[in-house]
Amino acid sequence: MRSVAVVGFAQSPQTRRSDGTTNGVEMLVPIFQEVLGGLGLTKKDIGFWCSGSSDYLAGRAFSFISAIDAIGAVPPINESHVEADAAWAMYEAWCKIQTGEVDTALVYGFGKSSAGDLRRALALQLDPYTVAPLWPDSVAVAGLQARMGIDAGLWTERDMADVAVRSRRDAETNPYAQLSGSKDADELLTEPYLSDPLRKHDCAPITDGASVVVLAAGDRARELVERPAWIAGIDQRVDSANIGARDLTTSASTTAAAAGAGVDGIEVAELHAPFTHQELILRTALGLGDRVRITPSGGALAGNPMFAAGLVRIGEAANQIMSGAAERALAHATSGPALQHNLVCVMEGR
Amino acid sequence: MNDTNRAGKQRAAVLGTGQTHHRAKRPDVSMAGLCREAIDRAMADAKVEWKDIDAVVVGKAPDFFEGVMMPELFLADALGAVGKPLLRVHTAGSVGGSTAIVAASMVQAGIHRRVLAVAWEKQSESNAMWALSIPVPFNMPVNAGAGGYFAPHVRSYIRRSGAPSHIGALVAVKDRLNGAKNPFAHLHQPDITLESVQASKMLWDPIRYDETCPSSDGACAVVIGDEASALSAEHPAWIHATAMRSEPTTYAGRDQVNPQAGRDAAAALWKQAGITNPLEEIDVAEIYVPFSWFEPMWLETLGFMPEGQGWKLTEAGETAIGGKLPVNPSGGVLSSNPIGASGMLRFAEAAMQVMGTAGDHQVQGARTALGHAYGGGAQFFAMWVVGSERQ
Repeated sequence: MRSVAVVGFAQSPQTRRSDGTTNGVEMLVPIFQEVLGGLGLTKKDIGFWCSGSSDYLAGRAFSFISAIDAIGAVPPINESHVEADAAWAMYEAWCKIQTGEVDTALVYGFGKSSAGDLRRALALQLDPYTVAPLWPDSVAVAGLQARMGIDAGLWTERDMADVAVRSRRDAETNPYAQLSGSKDADELLTEPYLSDPLRKHDCAPITDGASVVVLAAGDRARELVERPAWIAGIDQRVDSANIGARDLTTSASTTAAAAGAGVDGIEVAELHAPFTHQELILRTALGLGDRVRITPSGGALAGNPMFAAGLVRIGEAANQIMSGAAERALAHATSGPALQHNLVCVMEGR
Repeated sequence: MNDTNRAGKQRAAVLGTGQTHHRAKRPDVSMAGLCREAIDRAMADAKVEWKDIDAVVVGKAPDFFEGVMMPELFLADALGAVGKPLLRVHTAGSVGGSTAIVAASMVQAGIHRRVLAVAWEKQSESNAMWALSIPVPFNMPVNAGAGGYFAPHVRSYIRRSGAPSHIGALVAVKDRLNGAKNPFAHLHQPDITLESVQASKMLWDPIRYDETCPSSDGACAVVIGDEASALSAEHPAWIHATAMRSEPTTYAGRDQVNPQAGRDAAAALWKQAGITNPLEEIDVAEIYVPFSWFEPMWLETLGFMPEGQGWKLTEAGETAIGGKLPVNPSGGVLSSNPIGASGMLRFAEAAMQVMGTAGDHQVQGARTALGHAYGGGAQFFAMWVVGSERQ
């Protein structure tokens, strides 16, 4: 395998409602400039482009077509797109670099979650014949998952509140976060349920945003930055769609992806957990001990730009390596109802 | 890890192909059933079982076409993807081709031994015209579907090339007669004639009803394997080259008739395949022709013919089975158009030709074949060259 590293990362501010269109152009242009300018690159230096977005979120077919206007793809570019969080676009780009066809790739994701009714839109990810017609929305499905763990004695509402407090307090030092600061867990637990047993603090906010990562291979990476975040392993797996048949209190696909990526010696982990109890599931599934620093950016509970937030986790973890703060970091991304599809990327300094 | 090895690309080959019987509506199967019909045939052709499949790549055009958001999630069990890597590609009409290329790259990268790629569309679940007509800020709605969008490009081609007006009808007759030989094709019209095409209703001048692709439910699947798998396969189609290129829908000076992205992709493809004279070196081509006139147009963009000359190859009958360059012996998009699958059908049919498994539409002695797909406003291109010989 070729050595491939994350060498650049930029993100838009995570906001409740952006003024831009649903095709992401207004959010993407500034961050393309930021990441390419920071590396001294132009679009001609990029060998492969890959993006992640959703037509349903944008409320229009082919939302990614307008997004390439943000690149200014003239002359034409070598480009692809996944209908998933941009972390999966990064997986495709990493595969492309591994073929040896290209040495650099730019990966981006964007989502204007405020454009529609997010909870109802996400219900359309469920089985269209037997489940979606009942319109169980995304928070309700997560609530079922949280309830099963509580009933099984795996976690409590206080454990969940503790995750929220830590996340939102960590976000106080993240200038891109939508939400930051938190009351104490005791106070949070007096608040009403949003979708029993989930309270508002247990759920990621609705967020507009975009993110971009630049990958480079071998010597090209070393030329671009002093300390590349070398990808030691990346893998992704999917679980059954049948939420009544799989054990929602664990995440077999996360465990399998972690085995593929190799999770020994992790110092810091950026986890994509849109609900507090999902962080608890992920920590167990990944086998992360108490000494691992969890999601110092504040994570999805502080801002969850759909289809960009998973790539934000990779960028934040890469920053931990590039800045010298950590030697080995893990990033996780999730997609689908109740943690159905999971990606694990482990990066290290060398 | 090897930092600089650019020759590290592993060989990959198509081990097996499968497709559905394409129809306007397939109410007899669910979306999962439709996909499995193609997958089961591809896996049987490749002689592989589920334990042999390392990863699954899914391609489909806009989710609005079925009304399901990221349907590969709910299909994960039916696609045999549970516990495995799953990737969903969406690059507009070229997606079927892009999906095969992404699957191939996972094998060429040395990450996986065997990858299942499936592309599908079940248009009868929703309404494609509605899906394509959602108002978009700052864009003038066409409100006439793809035909209304592409008809001006065709008129421009006719004006620029001086092509006689019956060329489009010739393509339609040829592709529909080919489709009549393909048991999976949506349309079977063995009695079609030049006169009947020219008498059909004008939809978007100069495109007549019989020169237009149907709207189909359908799926296509391919199993792509590494060199060791291919060497033990019965009839592998070796992947000699792949290319993808994209450009914006509109920009100053853009040539919609002969797009730069299409020319760049073709140039990269031929170079990678070591082909210097495509017309002489390619034995058969499956080209994405949703409206008849795109055959001569793409013959030029792909470099088979000089600019303005593509129609002459068509007029001379050289694109029929038995001609110098048979184009779309399967009947092409004009005979079946399950949108998301249409590109993969081109790629799979190209592979079938060099595998010798194309049945009644087999081009005798085909050793090297092109699969081609395009999408969006003629702005996304995906292509591959496959051959019966290891390169």
